[in-house]
Amino acid sequence: MADHNEQPKNLQEKLERNIFGLFLATAFMVSIAGIVEIVPLFYLKSAVDYTERTDQWGNLKNEKFPELVWERHFKMENGKLVADKRLYYKDKNGNWKSDWKPGDGVRPYTPLELAGRDIYQREGCMYCHSQMIRPFRDERERYGHYSLATESIYDHPFQWGSKRTGPDLARLGGKYSDEWHKLHLMRPQDMVPESVMPAYPWLAEQCITDQYVGRMKVGKRDMKARLEVMRKLRVPYTDEEIELADEYLRTYGNPNPDKKCTTELDALVAYLQVLGTMTKLDDSKVYRE
Amino acid sequence: MDSATPKYEYGLLKFGTLLTIIVFIAGTTIGTYAASELAWPFLNFDIPELTFGRLRVVHTNTIVIAFGGLALFVTSLYSVQRTNSNRLWCVPCAWASALLLVGSIVGGIIGIAFGLSQAREYHEMEWIFDVGIAVGWLLWTMVFVMTIATRDKEKVPHVYVSNWFYLALLIAVTYLFLVNGLALPVTWYKSYSLYSGVQDAMIQWWWGHNAVGFFLTAGFLGMMYYFVPKQAQRPVYSYRLSVIHFWALIFGYVWLGAHHLQYTAVPDWTGSLGAVISLAMIIPSWGGALNGMLTLSGAWDRLRTDYILRFLIMALAFYAMSTFEGPVMSSKTVNALSHYTDWTIGHVHSGALGWVAMVAIGSLYHMVMKMWNTEMYSMKLINWHFWLHTLGTVLYIVAMWVSGIMQGLMWRAYDEYGVLAYTFAESVAAMHPYYVMRAMGGVLVVLGGLVMLYNVVMTLATIKSRQPAAAAA
Repeated sequence: MADHNEQPKNLQEKLERNIFGLFLATAFMVSIAGIVEIVPLFYLKSAVDYTERTDQWGNLKNEKFPELVWERHFKMENGKLVADKRLYYKDKNGNWKSDWKPGDGVRPYTPLELAGRDIYQREGCMYCHSQMIRPFRDERERYGHYSLATESIYDHPFQWGSKRTGPDLARLGGKYSDEWHKLHLMRPQDMVPESVMPAYPWLAEQCITDQYVGRMKVGKRDMKARLEVMRKLRVPYTDEEIELADEYLRTYGNPNPDKKCTTELDALVAYLQVLGTMTKLDDSKVYRE
Repeated sequence: MDSATPKYEYGLLKFGTLLTIIVFIAGTTIGTYAASELAWPFLNFDIPELTFGRLRVVHTNTIVIAFGGLALFVTSLYSVQRTNSNRLWCVPCAWASALLLVGSIVGGIIGIAFGLSQAREYHEMEWIFDVGIAVGWLLWTMVFVMTIATRDKEKVPHVYVSNWFYLALLIAVTYLFLVNGLALPVTWYKSYSLYSGVQDAMIQWWWGHNAVGFFLTAGFLGMMYYFVPKQAQRPVYSYRLSVIHFWALIFGYVWLGAHHLQYTAVPDWTGSLGAVISLAMIIPSWGGALNGMLTLSGAWDRLRTDYILRFLIMALAFYAMSTFEGPVMSSKTVNALSHYTDWTIGHVHSGALGWVAMVAIGSLYHMVMKMWNTEMYSMKLINWHFWLHTLGTVLYIVAMWVSGIMQGLMWRAYDEYGVLAYTFAESVAAMHPYYVMRAMGGVLVVLGGLVMLYNVVMTLATIKSRQPAAAAA
């Protein structure tokens, strides 16, 4: 340009001559959308069906739709974090019990379900199966009540997905038996001839208590560490629950853990069977405006 | 400048250019295999690393992050030197950046095949690889910015428009990647996202759509703004248009993630806002497409003879088409049908195969000729590549349009008794012919890539026979 030694005429020209100015202006322009679209989701109550956190550990309450959440309260007792209701504990006879039952409301995952969820992530299930039912008549009939934000409030990360090569799984729990799921995962075409789903036979061969990277066993799956991380992310587990996590993973639903281990298949099925069963939604209510 | 040092640094970029071509072939081959698995599920062979759930992610990461990233890396560092008439600032830094990025990305992709995945779309690599990528990325940004900052301001007072777009890519992806990638590690190979549910969804798609918006659009527009005028030997059509569409594009794109979450549990206003801005984005997107195409005004006849220019202009045509299709799909009515179906996959590929790959391929051919200072071994083979790639892309897109719209309609169809007309399994069975057709489209694209690799290898192998002629140029 002939006039390049003249003074810049406008802001654009100033920026074009100063790379650091251009840098800052660009950084400013790309920041605005996130602030407008994302930040409100962290404080608007309507964004999560008016569900609120009641403490630093992430316990929930919902005054408008109390059926959505499993309300419980934590307190410190003798230096230990305890709760008025227990997600899982061992009774006198050594059997696993819970104060929660299906329909009581959204709660953290048990160690077995969480381990199953890790398998779900590892295998990339969400690239073919969504977990987000939209408020349309056909989806209601096919999959059930539309999904609510509260239902994935403890999902780090969310697994809503974006593609339905297979059907939605948001309310899969209880629709089929455990046995059906196992047969289906071992060889999907045996149960649904049209299916294009891969078979997952290795899930039945790998113990859930072992941690694999590829085919290599790299050690034990440390459930206690995982629950501790979850609690830091405000998914509420008591100290006792965290202490019992690995024992629960090893023995829940498996009375004879020395003979045969709980497999990855068992864990994945436990996770699939809890999907959508936590809350009992009221058809007469409008949950989303 | 020391007369012994060449004016521009090409050593690293020569390696990078060859690697980009190889990664393109690898990524499209994996994609074609994954597509074939949906047509013929036995191809999963009960091998964990090969199953669709993992392989699809290996494919997207190989194409978007590895191929896209490499193409941007080499073209940005090539054009930033030429447009600023300045040698690359700190060549060792550029090498370090390249090695860190390639190492982390290859590690991350192998990790995904081995089951290490955060399972957040387009950000699957585990945290440890994220750290390597972030450091490599910042080094790249530094080399890029400093190469501009140290230019001779008397000779080159203005920063050329291609650099604005590369700069926007570098800045936006830095902070999208860092915010979206925040996670608490359990071990070196496992972490949990800092966010959950609704917030996680919005943040992940804020990143996810801008992997498209900045990685695959802004950066590639930078490529377009350098290589189209160069190859056409004409100045950019309109400077004013490039200013307007630059600021509108980088401001607008960041809003669009929300349109991936229409009708979900994310508040309605968020999705609507995303959709409205998506519609408005037609204007800046077409501004860019027109600016590129009209650069050819008065030189359209060159399309007959210049096959590299064909790639670049066809890329712009696909860009215009998919930036029209995108806003249509983000409108609520269409989205209700298209979401969750193959239509989305078709849309992505009209962008990735039509726009991104074509503009990159054209630029790579141009760079091979310039950096090695030679003509191509065979111009005819470039024409073959062009047609293989174009036909493959069209076959792919058409297959996915049909299957996507059919899926959407089958899922919502009712029979005369008012019950759902089709089971889900019936809709899966109906997809089979289109999945076969899509895989065939993939095969054509891979073949095109192989033709390109052959042509480039032969160009380098026979370079001596053409060198004397080229030396005069």
